[in-house]
Amino acid sequence: MRLPQQPNERIDRARPIRFFFAGRPVEGFEGDTVGSALFASGRRVFSRSFKYHRRRGLLCCSGACPNCMMQVDGEPNVRVCVEPVREGAQVHAQNVLGSLERDLLAAVDHFGGPFTPVGFYYRTMIRPRSMWPVYEKFLRNIAGLGRLDKHAGRSRRFDTEHRRTEVLVIGGGRSGLEAARSAAAAGRQVVLVDERGAPGANGDFEVLAPARAIGIYEGGLVPVDAGSVLYRFRAERIVVATGALEQPLVFPGNDLVGVYLPEAVRRLVDEWSLKPGERAVIVSADDRGLAVADQLERAGTNVVERIDLRATPPRQLAARGRRGRLTSVVVDGRELECDILVASGGRQPAYSLLAQAGARIEYDAGRGIFVPSVLPPNVEAVGSVAGEMEPAAVPAASFSGADEVGRCFVCVCEDVTQKDMKRAIAEGFDSIELAKRYTTVTMGPCQGRLCHVPAIRLFAREHETDEATIGTTTARPPWAPVSLGLLAGRGHEPAKRTSIHHRHEEAGATMMWTGLWRRAHSYEHAGNEALHVHRALGVIDVSTLGKLLVQGPDATRFLELLYPNRFGDMKVGRIRYGVLGTDAGRIMDDGTIARLGEEQYYVTTTSTGADTVIEWFEWWNAIWGLDVETVNLTGSLAAVNVAGPRSRELLGRLADVDTSNDGISYLDAKETLVAGVPCLILRIGFVGELGYELHFASPYGEYMWDTLLEYGADLGIRPFGLEPQRILRLEKMHILIGQDTDSESNVLEAGMPWIAKLDKDDFVGKWALEHVQERGFREQLVGFEMTDGVVPAEGGQIVLGGRSAGRVTSARLSPQLGRAIGMAWVRPELAHEDTEIEIRVNGGVASARVRLKPFFDPEGAQLRS
Amino acid sequence: MSFLLPCPNCGPRDVNEFAYAGEVTHRPRTTPSQQELSAYVYFRRNVAGVQREWWYHRFGCELWFLADRDTRTNEVLRTELPQASAETPAAR
Repeated sequence: MRLPQQPNERIDRARPIRFFFAGRPVEGFEGDTVGSALFASGRRVFSRSFKYHRRRGLLCCSGACPNCMMQVDGEPNVRVCVEPVREGAQVHAQNVLGSLERDLLAAVDHFGGPFTPVGFYYRTMIRPRSMWPVYEKFLRNIAGLGRLDKHAGRSRRFDTEHRRTEVLVIGGGRSGLEAARSAAAAGRQVVLVDERGAPGANGDFEVLAPARAIGIYEGGLVPVDAGSVLYRFRAERIVVATGALEQPLVFPGNDLVGVYLPEAVRRLVDEWSLKPGERAVIVSADDRGLAVADQLERAGTNVVERIDLRATPPRQLAARGRRGRLTSVVVDGRELECDILVASGGRQPAYSLLAQAGARIEYDAGRGIFVPSVLPPNVEAVGSVAGEMEPAAVPAASFSGADEVGRCFVCVCEDVTQKDMKRAIAEGFDSIELAKRYTTVTMGPCQGRLCHVPAIRLFAREHETDEATIGTTTARPPWAPVSLGLLAGRGHEPAKRTSIHHRHEEAGATMMWTGLWRRAHSYEHAGNEALHVHRALGVIDVSTLGKLLVQGPDATRFLELLYPNRFGDMKVGRIRYGVLGTDAGRIMDDGTIARLGEEQYYVTTTSTGADTVIEWFEWWNAIWGLDVETVNLTGSLAAVNVAGPRSRELLGRLADVDTSNDGISYLDAKETLVAGVPCLILRIGFVGELGYELHFASPYGEYMWDTLLEYGADLGIRPFGLEPQRILRLEKMHILIGQDTDSESNVLEAGMPWIAKLDKDDFVGKWALEHVQERGFREQLVGFEMTDGVVPAEGGQIVLGGRSAGRVTSARLSPQLGRAIGMAWVRPELAHEDTEIEIRVNGGVASARVRLKPFFDPEGAQLRS
Repeated sequence: MSFLLPCPNCGPRDVNEFAYAGEVTHRPRTTPSQQELSAYVYFRRNVAGVQREWWYHRFGCELWFLADRDTRTNEVLRTELPQASAETPAAR
């Protein structure tokens, strides 16, 4: 039922829109909100309250209170009073067991009262302890508001955008618009953020709407919630025009359906042409509240009585109802029959954003409101938020209802009553900040919009002091509810791909993540690929390795300070394996260091450690100031490792250099052309077979890959992935940083004492390693071989006499050896060749033997051949 | 954290562009005792006040620099490039 056309109505009666409430169709018009359309269909009960499951109806109609929160298209806690209608939307009530009309949990209101006083969850349901799982299950079910649809997936996409502007105006009311206009007229770049209104440009400035500033953070950062985009604004000047909030009165029965704030009535009549009720009583502290008599008369509602709190404040005020709906108001003993009560305690500046920005908030005793006083630089307050408001009465902290029995709510979000507040004070929570945490008053969805000032007033009265003494609680962001999805932003998965990536995909490789890199796990069968490297010839894309050029007169000194190794004695054209450590002695990365010239080194790092290593290098040189520079070549160079007994033959066909064992021997580095491409050849043996790493400019990636496969076809060349490489390196006991080492590992206990040249004057980590040597080993990294073929889980426990004696870091089945092998940290007394150890496997225990030398080619004959 | 940090190279930028690397420590010049080593590696002054600290412009110019920041307010009083210092270990 709608009223005849109202002068400023927002609905377009020519455009009906249909949606569903609890599965039943509801008709509304373009311009309606879900809430107004439901009201038009006759609905008055919109929700059940948080704790007591009391019936609640529209209260503010401005998106501030929790009374109209529903589930809309699967999204919980949508305030339907401000949510525009859309065709086909599915709307459901939330926080009910049953329906809004019959909510089984309403029993809490009838019987639970004495058992659920303030803070009950700190005191009850604690004993007996064994019952906790039962309590918890029950509590988890009834706590919280709304239900998340676990199967919905990522239905919405959220983005974050960083923005700058000269002037950011928050609030699109009269003062906000004026401020925006005048700043724009002065030639400033202006963005206005408006909760309502329409987006676009308003003359000379941009309007973001509907959008809400969710806080003013440190450094003047203002995140703006614009639905599916979070704008992170930086502005030279922030103008806050958030207006003022109508405050409810505290009296028995003040939460009954039919008790409204004036703005609700204004919007129901003016914007949606709805008749709020038949008989109305108005109780207001200011003219704004009393003025809704105009709207009510226009709507045909009989205004039974207008009570101006400035002139004739009643001593007693209470509301009576039946089945949660208002039936009458009792004023000083007189019962006035009515179905709506417009109650307003005047308006309070919505200063929260200002307080977050660092403004001082002071109590203006004359007007009974808190106003912002000292503002931080570059922040301005205009309009009613600055306290520019018509005079109003200071309402009583609460009205006594004489012998009326209705509950007297201070906070409708969390169902905190006057009695709860008093009890909290009696229990010793005598600071407003403590009482807030104990009672959760102001901590609900309205974030204190409707309960902060009433709570302070009540507190002041109970303490027989004034509001100024009590003070406000700290205002913290967010000022408006914000969905977690918006804060999380879009699910960015920045992937790094090598220049040969598409060849792996074309070959049908299974791809996997290693850090940010996409790499080929394997092409067909990891075990077979590993075997093929042993028997013939394989090629793997290792472009993901970190690649740095370190050069300058101090290059040698620089590297000798960073690495435990020695490099000064290394000839140009040679390679050394190096392990980077910290001054705590911990291993942070490993790789190879090739000396390309007297003052030039080519350093490789692990695939995931490249960025860390570069930062590490540059940090140390920021301290040392040595004459050396580091160039990151990781992205600009591609690399492949050609490995297997036939690799020399293949390289011989393509390289412009003698590839015999004398031409390029083990740990030689040679710059030459391979297939016409300038390459750095590193003869190293991570996978244990004769092999050559070719490093060359990225754009040649696919060409080089194709050429190797073509010229190696008759040699049986096959690409292999990361998983076969892991099997191969394990056969050689080559460690993987982060897999076999953790944040406690050092090179000595990791079984690589030859790396640490403790006779050097200094290097990062030297002192800590000396200490390790002095104190003796606590654990050691060793290899192990399973007695039977079972492969233990990585992370599995080594046990000795029923107690933990170590842990497995890597384990694989080696097709070459036909055995299950692995590496583990064990107690030093177990770190001897052939020691029998036990490993927990699948609930049982399997036996293994310790190995200290590589499982495959222990003397490195293959590598050197 | 959402304050602005002035990179000596790029000017004021959102703090999220930078990596924080803790307060400035001083590496012992000569072989430290066990206690001195622990103090250097593990202990920090953790001041409530102005602290000299390392920052790295990770999503920017990739420069290491020093800042004097008030840890109570996040006010950055000064930033500067490190000077080639007396911290360099002596040449062998």
